[in-house]
Amino acid sequence: MKKEKKMTLTLPAEELMACGHLACQGCGATLAMRYMLKALGQKTALCIPACCWAVIDGPYPYSSLDVPIYHCAFETAASTATGVKAGLEMTGDSETAVVAWAGDGGTFDIGLQALSGAAERNEDIIYVCYDNEAYMNTGIQRSSATPYGAWTTTTPVKHFKTRPKKDIVAIMAAHRIPYIATASISHPEDFVKKMRKAKDIKGTRFFHVYAPCPTGWKSRPEDTVKLARMAVQNAYFPLYEIEDGDKVTLNLKLKDKKPVNDYIRIQGRFRHLTEAQVASIQAEVDARWERLLKNCAA
Amino acid sequence: MREKKAKKIVFNSAEEMPIMIASVGSQTHNLTGAWRNIRPEVDRTKCLQCGICWKFCPEPSIDIVDEWPVVDYDYCKGCGICAEECPAKCIVMVEERK
Repeated sequence: MKKEKKMTLTLPAEELMACGHLACQGCGATLAMRYMLKALGQKTALCIPACCWAVIDGPYPYSSLDVPIYHCAFETAASTATGVKAGLEMTGDSETAVVAWAGDGGTFDIGLQALSGAAERNEDIIYVCYDNEAYMNTGIQRSSATPYGAWTTTTPVKHFKTRPKKDIVAIMAAHRIPYIATASISHPEDFVKKMRKAKDIKGTRFFHVYAPCPTGWKSRPEDTVKLARMAVQNAYFPLYEIEDGDKVTLNLKLKDKKPVNDYIRIQGRFRHLTEAQVASIQAEVDARWERLLKNCAA
Repeated sequence: MREKKAKKIVFNSAEEMPIMIASVGSQTHNLTGAWRNIRPEVDRTKCLQCGICWKFCPEPSIDIVDEWPVVDYDYCKGCGICAEECPAKCIVMVEERK
């Protein structure tokens, strides 16, 4: 049929996420979870507050993940992970990685003070925020991660969101925690590499993962990975890491930055935007990118 | 490869319920393939065996069997990411017929 060719997989083959979970078709958050578990392995404990993943995982007592999960209240992801880690330390287990896995609502809005407290104490946890830019689980309500111009059920087309997205990475960098990284589901090798690097660091590690949501973004389910890749390539969501609060490293250097227009136009939530409004988004993205480049050089 | 298609564990009373979440794929009794209205079909004559479909499957319902991607139709929800991302365009989405 064809000449012999050895298949080389760029990710670990170990699969800790089972089929049968309850995510929508083309969900970005499931991909994020899959890559994170591939990187961290079986010795992981998850603390999941109310977010999409609290539903995706399955109803009690069933679960689609092969790691222990603690479902906690919305605002307590970081503090629950702190407690789980302290408990494990008491039993002499310092190997297990404790991960707080929250959505953007549980990180940017509701869980911010618990996260800030844990980061200030420099608790030995990994905090992962998978960002789908609204409260998708409860029916697409606006969060402070929703970008400018986006439609949600609480910011309808006539009164779309006019404020920009909160810069959570800068907030976390101000806490001077050992490791902060952004990751995208379209670049899984980069995500797995950074997650493995974070595993060996002691202290609070924060991940901001970009996870498109076809249901809430009104995009086609097959475009999930494409959207995430476009967001990286047009610097809407650049990939970088910050060590000890000031050492910024760019993981993906962009030679020719693509315009945001193509990215905006294939999402139904931005359908109402005029050319001038898209130009203002472009200007904001450019300014953010210039600022990031300046931080990298410094 | 994981053992799939676990039987649903039924608990008759609250006393029988475990105190911890029963893990290790206990959710696999939920055959999500019923959600699908288009199905991916892999054309092996054009397949490059790059593993990109396996990498980007959110289920994950694509397994690598003898270095070929094999779609598990019991769980595939038919999102079409594999067909979109395939560099050789060897996966086509075919309408599901009953």
